[in-house]
Amino acid sequence: MKPPSYLLVGLTRLLVGATARWVGSQPDTRQRIYFANHTSHIDTVALWTALPPQLRRRTRAAAAADYWGTSAFKRYIALRGLNAVLIDRKRSDPGADPLAPLYLALERGDSLIIFPEGTRSTQPLPGPFKSGLYHLAQRFPSAELIPVYLENLHRSMPKGEFMPVPIACTVRFGAALQAEAGESKDAFLARARDAIVRLAA
Amino acid sequence: MTPKLKFYWLIGGIVTLLLIATLICWVLRRIVKGEASRAVVDNLDMRVRAWWSMVAVFAFAFLLGKTATIVLFAFVSFFALREFITLTPTRPGDHRALSLAFFALIPVQYWLIYYQWYTLYSIFIPVYGFLLLPSFSALAHDTEHFLERSAKIQWGVMIAIYCISHVPALLLLEIPGFEGQDALLLFYLVLVVQMSDVLQYVFGKLFGRTKIAPVVSPSKTVEGFIGGAASATAVGAGMWWITPFTPLQSAGMAFVIVLMGFLGGLVLSAMKRSLGAKDWGTMIRGHGGMMDRMDSVSFAAPVFFHLTRYFFTP
Repeated sequence: MKPPSYLLVGLTRLLVGATARWVGSQPDTRQRIYFANHTSHIDTVALWTALPPQLRRRTRAAAAADYWGTSAFKRYIALRGLNAVLIDRKRSDPGADPLAPLYLALERGDSLIIFPEGTRSTQPLPGPFKSGLYHLAQRFPSAELIPVYLENLHRSMPKGEFMPVPIACTVRFGAALQAEAGESKDAFLARARDAIVRLAA
Repeated sequence: MTPKLKFYWLIGGIVTLLLIATLICWVLRRIVKGEASRAVVDNLDMRVRAWWSMVAVFAFAFLLGKTATIVLFAFVSFFALREFITLTPTRPGDHRALSLAFFALIPVQYWLIYYQWYTLYSIFIPVYGFLLLPSFSALAHDTEHFLERSAKIQWGVMIAIYCISHVPALLLLEIPGFEGQDALLLFYLVLVVQMSDVLQYVFGKLFGRTKIAPVVSPSKTVEGFIGGAASATAVGAGMWWITPFTPLQSAGMAFVIVLMGFLGGLVLSAMKRSLGAKDWGTMIRGHGGMMDRMDSVSFAAPVFFHLTRYFFTP
């Protein structure tokens, strides 16, 4: 890990703790796609911090280019601190697949952190999922899909605030989502969302 | 005896106690049978281990000097408040007030101790904190449960910052004939409170029959309290040589500390339960959170500070 990463992890631990609870799965170096509820700008850092150091090195977060790419400071945190993959949510080039950078990262064998809602919600429970998770799962069936529930982060840094306040947050990792033959896209996304909701209970 | 020498004697005594406790754990582990008793020994073992690290941190800060001790307690306040706020249902409208509490009130309160500005230190949170915290929340235009939210934040701030900061505030006292030794008072306070907690636990486990407040704190018993309070008072009296007190005064002080510590444990336990939790957190293995270890200290410190200041400084 690079020095900026250590700083980021230390600061995250101090502010929100980000304690990991492996409820349905165990830490493993095999390729995984972690998908979580999204309520604040520190979600990415918190989930990444909760992973053991040897997994962090090969786990990259998908981050919105229209937020993390807008200032030199945020860019530095995202790229140098988190080793993030910036994605173009706004589709500035209509011909390009916004998921392409993620495919590239998965082809390299890295694990991913994604927030399938696509945007932050003001509620602790996730809203409906966008189809990105489905496409990733179709294309990379060998990657394990791990649902993650981030607790309390919406309280630490509500939408619209600039800095987090210290509130302890736990990061719950659930059991890998099993593939079901012939399942429709909507059914799959609903089942994935359900997996997170169940972790919240 | 020089203050340094007293300190080494003190640390020697504490290390001996911990060695005995570690030995007892080791022996118990070999003779105890059965699921339930084994769980008790496991918990005891974790507690003793945590004690070793807590004593190490405390002694290290003490050796580094006044600044390190103040910084250490600023972090204790920080984590205690973090636990309190985590269990308290806050709303987005509280964000500014919480930022104020964590990022302004804690540093200023501890800076005032460092700067030895007692007159502002003693009223900073009860006056300025008290009035500004709800003002910040009110500016967020959210009236839902406003009084409850403000009250809870103020309670957290009073306990976690104001009360706990009275431990290092002992360094502010100018006691004639005791110059440069205030840090020993700090040790005295923490040691008496923690010994009282431990001894009440031990007496309660051995002889506990009659519960004092079963709903609030199931582990507190009359037998545990009497045995623990009496022996902790004796421990306090026996430590008169590191204080400016006579043995009798030291016993009196220790008794007040024990009593306040007991009430602190009781009140914060009730509070924790009203927030729907069994432990404040998970920071210190075997003990729960920072607040579970600091609850008695938070009640004992301001009273001990006040009595010492009132009776022993000009």
